[in-house]
Amino acid sequence: MTTYFLRRILWMIPVLFTVALITFVLMHAAPGGPWDRDLSARQVDASTQKVLNAYYGLDKPLWRQFVAYVVGDFTKEGKFDCGLVCGDLGPSYRIRGRSVQDILFEPPKGKSALYSRFGYSWRLGLLALSFAALIGVPVGVFAALKQNSWVDYVSLLIATLGISLPSFVMAIFMIIIFATGLHWVSVVPKEWDNIKAWILPGAVLGFGTMAYAARLTRTSMLEVLRQDYVRTARSKGLHERVVVYRHMMRNALIPVVTILGPALAALVTGSFIIETMFSFPGMGRAYVTAISQRDYSMIMGTTLIYVLLVSIANLTVDFLYVVIDPRIRLED
Amino acid sequence: MAEIAGSQLPINATKLNVKSRSPWQEAWERFLKNKASLAGMIIVILFLLLTAAASLVAPHNPLQLHSGKGFLPPAWVEKSANGKTGDPEFALGTDTLGRDVLSRVIYGSRVSMIVGFVPTIIIILVGSLIGMIAGYYGGNWDNLLMRITDIMYGFPDLLFFIIVLVALRDSWLGQLMNGLFLLFFALAIVNWVGVARLVRGQVLSLKEKEFVEAARSIGVKDSRIMFRHLLPNVLGPLIVLTAFQIPQLIITEAILGYLGLGLRPTTDPNAFFITSWGSLLLDGQTAINAQPYILLAPAICVALVVVAFTFVGDGLRDALDPRMRGTQ
Repeated sequence: MTTYFLRRILWMIPVLFTVALITFVLMHAAPGGPWDRDLSARQVDASTQKVLNAYYGLDKPLWRQFVAYVVGDFTKEGKFDCGLVCGDLGPSYRIRGRSVQDILFEPPKGKSALYSRFGYSWRLGLLALSFAALIGVPVGVFAALKQNSWVDYVSLLIATLGISLPSFVMAIFMIIIFATGLHWVSVVPKEWDNIKAWILPGAVLGFGTMAYAARLTRTSMLEVLRQDYVRTARSKGLHERVVVYRHMMRNALIPVVTILGPALAALVTGSFIIETMFSFPGMGRAYVTAISQRDYSMIMGTTLIYVLLVSIANLTVDFLYVVIDPRIRLED
Repeated sequence: MAEIAGSQLPINATKLNVKSRSPWQEAWERFLKNKASLAGMIIVILFLLLTAAASLVAPHNPLQLHSGKGFLPPAWVEKSANGKTGDPEFALGTDTLGRDVLSRVIYGSRVSMIVGFVPTIIIILVGSLIGMIAGYYGGNWDNLLMRITDIMYGFPDLLFFIIVLVALRDSWLGQLMNGLFLLFFALAIVNWVGVARLVRGQVLSLKEKEFVEAARSIGVKDSRIMFRHLLPNVLGPLIVLTAFQIPQLIITEAILGYLGLGLRPTTDPNAFFITSWGSLLLDGQTAINAQPYILLAPAICVALVVVAFTFVGDGLRDALDPRMRGTQ
């Protein structure tokens, strides 16, 4: 078991390396350097470009640049400047004087880490996930207990819609209904200290996962419902509540845990669309901005962070799965 | 059989009056019984017809600028945020430049449909070939495939598309067909992995079956076993996967278009692909305060098509594999 997880953790290294390599090659295959397409139309003249290229090490051969990015390089003063392996994602090409990890992880002055771009995204993801779990699971349980009633059909319909509709289409409908139609929230909230502003993006981001959790909970509850041990529990004269909570849900929720991995990945990748739509000050919007500005180092750094997050999420879920269900033994 | 039995018996009543049906016919009948899937199929067909007849159905030229009529709300809106009233001539209003939104949405379906179908065909062909080889021969080919899949699974699809499109958009590859070619390429290069994995898994269990052994024992060539004996057995799951793959690609196109990375909207009157639903969503998003209605039509179209395809997929799964009924 330990060997299995150790191998899984070690396997993350080649995955991240390959992702870094692919991203690096593609970013450098892009025609033109980072300076000659400044959207602010401030053209950089040739001599300045040369200085900039030398400063950022872009005049070196491509493989040297890659090694410098991943491992690190010696500066002119002979000091070793550690790269990706030390968590250094390099300087941003557009926001001069700031490094990528600064932009993503550094909170504004006098605020806690929760107010950095990463912190904002993390909080939004957590909100979405709790929304999904706290609504999806009870709805699924309830629908299964009242199988073939109208409650069941309505929740199944909503679940089907939630699974098939992409979150950004949902976001558009929500914005049109609640922001431009009913004026409950502003279309582009400026103030993120107010909890009201968080409700829409959180709900939209979590909706797909909520629907999926509800459907899966229902299916596995229906399976458990017919098990002998449930009948035994009932015939012992146990209270219905005890039967549902202690005997049924414990077993029915095991498959639900498995979707946490894909769900987290969906939250991560869904977040940048949702964040952009709601002008949310998180990591996802920084990523989309970087795309439109062709800020290569920022795109690369954020991609690597996303990939790392998804790998960790998948690994955690596999681990949780084994902890919850003692029948599962992963081969070494 | 039935006839012989019937002629020997004194009463003709036992004569079996059942026409023989192939499993595909049975599946088709099961599919038709599923109302949601049938409705989904009808919606898909309607959209395909709309796509084919875009130039006949669209009330206006999607590129024509109606001066002085920019930013109109849909016809039913009395007074929109910018104080303008809807014009019955433009059912869904106009965009910033005064182009008819309805016509643009109708023309936009061309891109969404082609993005749904063309990469899917490539994905299915390439994916099932590679999956078949890996599953049938095993060994190093199989290992290589599994390692590639591991890496692909670690790389969220959307991030990969974005990076490929950002990097190659301005190269000659990205210029082909207004960026559509690169979009096909990016979508295909990621998604074949899922198909290959599915086919590999199926082939792994099928190749141990007796009919394959029988075929091999009479000296049938490997290629013939793969395509005549194994492929028809994998076809069912493959069709189901296709039905779920198409809406996924349509969503991806919409997201990428929304990020400004899909098809380049053109002003060339001779162009076949003028705009896409994704690009229309981007138009709507940029003008969200003044004219949120532009978002509505493309969003509804994406939602309809995607839900319709999902219903078709659900129905196909239930029809082709009755054992899987009701499972996710």
